[in-house]
Amino acid sequence: MADMATPPGTAPDAGGRRDFLTLATTAFTAVGVGAVVWPFIASMNPSRDVLALATTEVDLAPVALGQAITVMWRGKPVFIRHRTPENVTAARATPLSELKDPATDQSRVQKDEWLVVIGVCTHLGCVPLGQKSNDPRGEYDGWFCPCHGSHYDPSGRIRKGPAPVNLEVPTYTFTSDTKIRIG
Amino acid sequence: MSIGLHKSEFSNPVIRWVDSRLPIFTMMQKEYGTFPTPRNFNYFWNFGALAMVTLMIMILTGVFLSMNYTAHTVYAFDSVERIMRDVNYGWLLRYVHANGASMFFIVVYIHIWRGMYYGSYKAPRELLWMLGVVIFLLMMATAFMGYVLPWGQMSFWGATVITNLFSAFPIVGSHIVTWLWGGFSVDNPTLNRFFSLHYLLPFVIAGVVFLHIAALHITGSNNPLGIDPKGPQDTIPFHPYYTSKDSVGLVVYFIVFAILVFFMPNYLGHPDNYIPANPMVTPPHIVPEWYFLPFYAILRAVPDKLGGVVLMFGSILVLFVLPWLDGSPVRSMRFRPVARIAFALFTLNFFVLLYVGGKPAEEPYVTISRIATAYYFAYFLVILPLLARLERPLPLPESIARAVLGRGGGPIPMAATAKPMEKA
Repeated sequence: MADMATPPGTAPDAGGRRDFLTLATTAFTAVGVGAVVWPFIASMNPSRDVLALATTEVDLAPVALGQAITVMWRGKPVFIRHRTPENVTAARATPLSELKDPATDQSRVQKDEWLVVIGVCTHLGCVPLGQKSNDPRGEYDGWFCPCHGSHYDPSGRIRKGPAPVNLEVPTYTFTSDTKIRIG
Repeated sequence: MSIGLHKSEFSNPVIRWVDSRLPIFTMMQKEYGTFPTPRNFNYFWNFGALAMVTLMIMILTGVFLSMNYTAHTVYAFDSVERIMRDVNYGWLLRYVHANGASMFFIVVYIHIWRGMYYGSYKAPRELLWMLGVVIFLLMMATAFMGYVLPWGQMSFWGATVITNLFSAFPIVGSHIVTWLWGGFSVDNPTLNRFFSLHYLLPFVIAGVVFLHIAALHITGSNNPLGIDPKGPQDTIPFHPYYTSKDSVGLVVYFIVFAILVFFMPNYLGHPDNYIPANPMVTPPHIVPEWYFLPFYAILRAVPDKLGGVVLMFGSILVLFVLPWLDGSPVRSMRFRPVARIAFALFTLNFFVLLYVGGKPAEEPYVTISRIATAYYFAYFLVILPLLARLERPLPLPESIARAVLGRGGGPIPMAATAKPMEKA
């Protein structure tokens, strides 16, 4: 093959031309393979109908002080807790230096008494306990994950255990004083 | 390469006609008939064949189960219950399939143990060993996805915990998890793709098994002495000697399998998986299937999320480089007095990990799992490389024939033994 690429008497840049053709073909093939592979990979990402279900409306009026409710959003539980003033004071009194994933309580709520967090432990995805009045709430009066023993405080912040970060706060907006839209 | 008909040695005209055009009969005769095999196999050499048979049983029962299974979150659990109650012999197919997974892992763990004890991973069988590790990884993926299909509580939460492992990787982690799920939690798209892949992967396994066996038939089998056959006096043809030895093992294997299926079909399962999946409630104590417990214990032994995930994957990936970590030229641990003890401890340690993996993440199990994890890695990364330099192995026998025939009766002259063997 190499002999055929540069037969005797041909200009020396014939090899360069051959190289160019090889490189161009290779590059063209690589782009083509990428273009074919991408639709397959992308087909596994969330589809339009899954994305369309990405908002949930919640009426907060019936939730009494100290009570918590769980709503479903994107197939995951969302914890909404109507926090008592003591909860809020306790959460705000905690110095940031004591936190594994430092965040002020103010940065995690839109209205002081309403905490909205995704009820999925940030360790490996279990649902922590603490929503029902008879559930264990962990050492910090928040939530306790039974799977691998993570403790969260009333601001949903990780205080003890293997979870690396705080319970995630979803994007939500107050559509009225007592209604929120999650997502 | 010459073109033309293959010169078949079969006398049956039909076989001869096929064989001269497509020499599969010649190939089978060469690879499974006259194939020269060390004469000193013990029963540990049954387990490759047993694994092959289990793979076929799993594919057969799986194909028939899928005819009655519905891969949808609303119907999956009920369709499995229907298989158990209404489908003719559905209970049998499902119990054979579910317990077959356990039997598969038992057999493969013993097969791997055999390879590690007798040094079957050493040169020239490194690639053969690495293909085996690939099969093991594919098996784990297949078993995990199969366990999700009945859509019980353990299915759902097992899938949630295991897919969440990928969220430990920085930056791309959460995107990978969303991509794996096809949504924002384990849900219908996840179940659908797991079913698709669970059906696909066994055939991929079959393909890699073919390569595994092809590589084996190039290097030939290792044997309990770990020394190479030096001539015809050291080998016997695969058939009828090892076809019959494998058959004996197979009968014993089927007895154990049948006891499990007919008398204790749920013994190795978890009762929570008979509760339909509920995304809002996590069972208090999540455990994977028993065959994943050692690796689950390693995951939980590390207080750091990413660290745990890396060690867990590392505990299997380290097997790929085992042929280069163990530099000792002596294969069989029969002749390695120190390595033999270290490996006995490794074996015990594996059961310790299996035990603590099934216990809640609290003391004393956490400490035990940390010590056991440390020993697991120390065996591969410290003990084996050091022993390769420091250990003084026992003298190896001169040949397989001499070691096998010379026992008790004193040395037998080579010429006397070699003659009848050549006939075989």
